[in-house]
Amino acid sequence: MAFKGTIEIDIQRCKGCSVCMDNCPNKCIRLSKAVNSKGYRYAELANDGCVGCASCAVVCPDSVITVYRVKI
Amino acid sequence: MDTLSDIKKPENLVYGKPALLTDNIMHYCPGCSHGTVHKLIAEVIEDMGIQDKTIGISPVGCSVFAYNYIDIDWQEAAHGRAPALATATKRLCPDKYVFTYQGDGDLASIGTAEIIHACSRGENIVVIFINNGIYGMTGGQMAPTTLIGMKTSTTPYGRDPKLNGFPLKITEMLAALDGTAYITRQAVHTAAAARKAKNAIRKGFEYSAKGIGLSFIEIVSTCNSGWKMSPTDANRWMVENMFAKYPLGDIKDVLK
Repeated sequence: MAFKGTIEIDIQRCKGCSVCMDNCPNKCIRLSKAVNSKGYRYAELANDGCVGCASCAVVCPDSVITVYRVKI
Repeated sequence: MDTLSDIKKPENLVYGKPALLTDNIMHYCPGCSHGTVHKLIAEVIEDMGIQDKTIGISPVGCSVFAYNYIDIDWQEAAHGRAPALATATKRLCPDKYVFTYQGDGDLASIGTAEIIHACSRGENIVVIFINNGIYGMTGGQMAPTTLIGMKTSTTPYGRDPKLNGFPLKITEMLAALDGTAYITRQAVHTAAAARKAKNAIRKGFEYSAKGIGLSFIEIVSTCNSGWKMSPTDANRWMVENMFAKYPLGDIKDVLK
């Protein structure tokens, strides 16, 4: 059984701390080139490697990540 | 094959912001462990369904505004006096869950007397102790828990034990007191550690309901602004240095 997941990031609340990037086992989060209204580069999905493990969301200090997952 | 927008449906939701966390944007620095611990506490209270039965005591320090972020009843204590206020609250409302949320400057320095005597009396409260080895809010001064050799704004050449004394392992000290039921040290730098810390916080609240004594949960944390590091570097520095002095794991559990 395999999973496919995706994340939704509240970019206006994200402070770009990168802790989620460090915790992603598949390295599929990166910092954006653009900045949000506070001037922070925010986290965004970099590729389609996400399996919906929620490691990023569990460690996110600002709780900006919502995780979805389906079986494929 | 589903496209990513097909996956984003309520039935596929696996993890999101707990409903108990308010929509206020946290004032903490990027990557601060406080936010993660707030979220874990909100999740535990939500999972146990005790939102209307929980009273938090917020400290003085960076987490002074904790009452803005978790949607429960709160009281604000004078510096270091959260365990004393929690004692009064728990004794007046014995059916409520009472917890304090304190940093290392608040608990291990200014409030040493209060925490030691609350532990000694065995009050049925939960104490969440955030240990980042520094006074974060006031500009990164040395705290009792600062490591030997660690540079802070008041020890610019590193903490020297001859001049500044040794780091205070207050969690081990409190474990020696008979009034404590559950004493543990956790961290929130990885998802696995954060899940363990959540279980520890839940256990603390459950023990508090059983009335067997005080539960003390230390969370070894980072203060990347005070340590002058990026959040990810601070996490690595914590694993390499802080864990050597403050090893993770349960220290005391009376029901084991």
